[in-house]
Amino acid sequence: MNLALPILVPALPALGAAAGLATGRRHPGLARPLAVLPVAVSAVLAVVTALHLGTGTTLDAATRLAPTGGPEISLALHLDGFSSLISVLVGLVATCVQVYSTAYLKDDPRYPSYAALVSLFTAAMFLVVYSGDLIVLLVGWEVMGICSYFLIGHHWEGADARSASLKAFLVTKLGDVPFLFGLFLLGADAGSFRITEVLRTAAAGGLQHPTLIALLLLAGVAGKSAQFPLHTWLPDAMAGPTPVSALIHAATMVAAGIYLVARLLPVFLLSSAALLVLAVMAAVTMVGSALCALAQDDLKRVLAYSTVGQLGYMAGALASGDRQAAVFHLVAHGAFKALLFLTAGVVIHAAHTNSISAMSRIDGLRRRVPDAYWTMGLGLAALVGLPPFAGFFSKESVLTAAEHAARGEALTGHLGPASAVPAAAGWTVLVAGLLTALLTAAYATRLWLVAFHAKPVAPAEADAPYSPEIDEADPAHAEPAAMRWPLWVLAVPTMGFGLLGLRTDWLPRLLDGEPLRPGFETAVLGTGAAAIGIVLGYAAWRTATARAAAGQPATDPGRLLLGPLHGPAQHGFGVDRLYSALFVRPTAAAARLVRFLDRAVVETYVRGAGAAPGWLGRAVRFAQTGNAQGYLSALLAGAVLLAVLVAVGS
Amino acid sequence: MHLAYPAVLAVLLFSVGVYGVLARRNVILVLMSVELMLNAVNLNLVAFDVWLRDTLHAGQALTLFTITVAAAEIGLGLAVVLLVYRTRRTAAVDEVTALGDRHEADELSDGEKEQAAA
Amino acid sequence: MSTLLAAAGSLEPAARSYLSPTGQEIVFLLVGALVLGAAVVSVTTRQLVHAALWLVVALGGLAVEFLLLTAEFVAWVQVLVYLGSVVVLVLFGLMLTRAPIGRSPEADSGNRPAALAVGAASAATLVTLVVDAFRSSWIDLSGAAGTTRLTGEYLFSHWVLPFEALSVLLLAALVGAIVLSRAKGGSADAKPRAGKLRTGLTKQKER
Repeated sequence: MNLALPILVPALPALGAAAGLATGRRHPGLARPLAVLPVAVSAVLAVVTALHLGTGTTLDAATRLAPTGGPEISLALHLDGFSSLISVLVGLVATCVQVYSTAYLKDDPRYPSYAALVSLFTAAMFLVVYSGDLIVLLVGWEVMGICSYFLIGHHWEGADARSASLKAFLVTKLGDVPFLFGLFLLGADAGSFRITEVLRTAAAGGLQHPTLIALLLLAGVAGKSAQFPLHTWLPDAMAGPTPVSALIHAATMVAAGIYLVARLLPVFLLSSAALLVLAVMAAVTMVGSALCALAQDDLKRVLAYSTVGQLGYMAGALASGDRQAAVFHLVAHGAFKALLFLTAGVVIHAAHTNSISAMSRIDGLRRRVPDAYWTMGLGLAALVGLPPFAGFFSKESVLTAAEHAARGEALTGHLGPASAVPAAAGWTVLVAGLLTALLTAAYATRLWLVAFHAKPVAPAEADAPYSPEIDEADPAHAEPAAMRWPLWVLAVPTMGFGLLGLRTDWLPRLLDGEPLRPGFETAVLGTGAAAIGIVLGYAAWRTATARAAAGQPATDPGRLLLGPLHGPAQHGFGVDRLYSALFVRPTAAAARLVRFLDRAVVETYVRGAGAAPGWLGRAVRFAQTGNAQGYLSALLAGAVLLAVLVAVGS
Repeated sequence: MHLAYPAVLAVLLFSVGVYGVLARRNVILVLMSVELMLNAVNLNLVAFDVWLRDTLHAGQALTLFTITVAAAEIGLGLAVVLLVYRTRRTAAVDEVTALGDRHEADELSDGEKEQAAA
Repeated sequence: MSTLLAAAGSLEPAARSYLSPTGQEIVFLLVGALVLGAAVVSVTTRQLVHAALWLVVALGGLAVEFLLLTAEFVAWVQVLVYLGSVVVLVLFGLMLTRAPIGRSPEADSGNRPAALAVGAASAATLVTLVVDAFRSSWIDLSGAAGTTRLTGEYLFSHWVLPFEALSVLLLAALVGAIVLSRAKGGSADAKPRAGKLRTGLTKQKER
């Protein structure tokens, strides 16, 4: 296969970004083609590459840049089924997002830089997916981090966007530092940063500190993939434009952590402690985020918390030792979550608000945005896991993997022994997964019903929170085509992608070759939990509507369902406040101390150093009377003194 | 004649001139003291010229030149003094201190600081 | 220097005694005391016009000293230029600046102690040096060194170029003095520029 094809895939969006940044200010007309075309061509090239590669084969190519003292660093490609699948997903979502953004940010003065950053971000994600070298992967990883920072802070006029972007940057960096050390340790143990070398060493048992490495890497994964306890940045990141949320916070960047663990799963399988930690992390993330999602009023925050929960599913699958299920769910989730975010953008565009309770007061919202209404329904059905949508199959494959792990028959395939996965990890993921399936169904039902089906009981309040995004679209008109057809494009995999896992010679051939068919018991249990969740959500909504109709103050169905948990869940169970008390305030106090020391101690020396010459100068000034006689006296006295000195000295 | 006599007389005259230049307040008196100093130098020149028996009589020639230059100097100096007096109504040396450090500026800036503080 | 001094000065030991002065020396010393006294009075008197007159005495005494040193022409030039013109100029200057007649309490500035110190120090230093250097030197006054004829000869043979240059200098000084003292149009009521000038006296009075 021609190597130029896979190299062009990450290179094209990067070049497009550079060109967009260079010309954006002077030729705004070029911004749109420069944004859409490279990404679209890259997506096509990714598909072509995947087709060329075929199933069951891998491609490795490397070129060494320069000899280093330690382990070699090389520009390496590593293509296999996983990278093919995810690169196609990234290309598809990025193209949809770029097309969608042309309409969504039509009147934004900063659109050129925005589009360039999205392109750069896409390039970085492609680099992460295709890279065969851990250091090169790290480059893409960090470029994504900084692009995410800029894109979340796109509306930097608002204080919450600024703080959200800073928070996202700091929290992910907090995970990236241990991640970097983990990579170094891995490279030192394996003697190379090439992924194939690392995996070979891991398979041969050559790693000396697998648990330490795995735990350090998990910190970075938790930061990037928004797992507890580093998940707090993701809900706040919704301050960015909605397409960015769809691209970064649903389909790609948060998936990078999962993808990395899937790539390095043999390393993680060497350490049952790390798998257990990953399982507990995933379980806490899943359940907690689902509870939070049930209590949120902001449409995008609901989706953000659901993203956190679905990433928890993927992490759980990895903890169960089944990377096929994780990547299967990753791709399915990427498709339907991108769809959900894009529909959310359309709805917010039309409703002029982020708040679903404010949307419920708008009459005929669903008739105004019929495309969004239907595609959001499809996306939510996939999220809930209703058959035959993609989410059903992928979620069931996760639950099946967890069930196998719980029974001690983890589906590790040829990566390692089934006994490497502790049964406790499987049980934790299985129980949390079932509970989360129920909660997910409940909040999806609540979202759907409250946003679109509530009867307007009161005129829209004037003080409903408005979306900060620039919006000059006339609500009476339909959304532009560029914002509608990406929804249907993404709806296709949302509906049909799951079916690919049914036959072992379709999707599984591309991956590790194990079957992805859902197990009967877990399918019944998972679907049953989802059905119970839907019924609960519907019942709560009926109760709330009935109360509202009876003249009582309107209540949120989520409040009825959660009861006393509603308040804490609305604020993310106080994790932010805990962090603020534990880290932010001590840091701020230390900064104040340093400021005090600087002002009161260091600056005193500086001021003293300045004051001494000042006083000296003031003393010398007294001699400058302007009286010529005084000057002359001093001059002649000096001359006499010199004469005396010369006479005495000689 | 002992050379020491004219030499010492010249030195003493010079010192008296120095005192006058440094101590007098009126510019014209200062100029007069300068004349004293010049004459002390003239005395030296003449005495050493005679003592050295210089064939070129450099000392006496220089004395004549000095006297001439002194006359020019006093003329120009008085012109300057008159100009100063015309503009300032004073001939006192210690009142012509425009090139001195401006204490008024300090007082002004201090006053401004106080105003700003108030 | 010492060889020059030895070659120039008389080496006659008997003539060097300070205890047996010649007639010329006695006259020189007396006139010198007069000159010094007049100079001291001139720089210390409180009466400005008297100072100028005492200056006349000092400068005239110096002319006598020049005569005693056989510098005849220089002495007459001294009388003509200094007594005849410089002092007259000074007196005119005093009158034009409206110097007060009679005792003026502000004749001396506040710099007097420093002036006294510097003057005394320079006198002590120079006297010490001069006496130490020339106490054994002797001037032979036998030949007439400064007659008008002789002076004219060397001035217009050896020193003619500096002489002409000096005449140019005098011309320049003349023009400069005229330019400086010429009143500009309507300068009779020329005022000091505001804010630029300060008179310490008025300031002290204000305080």
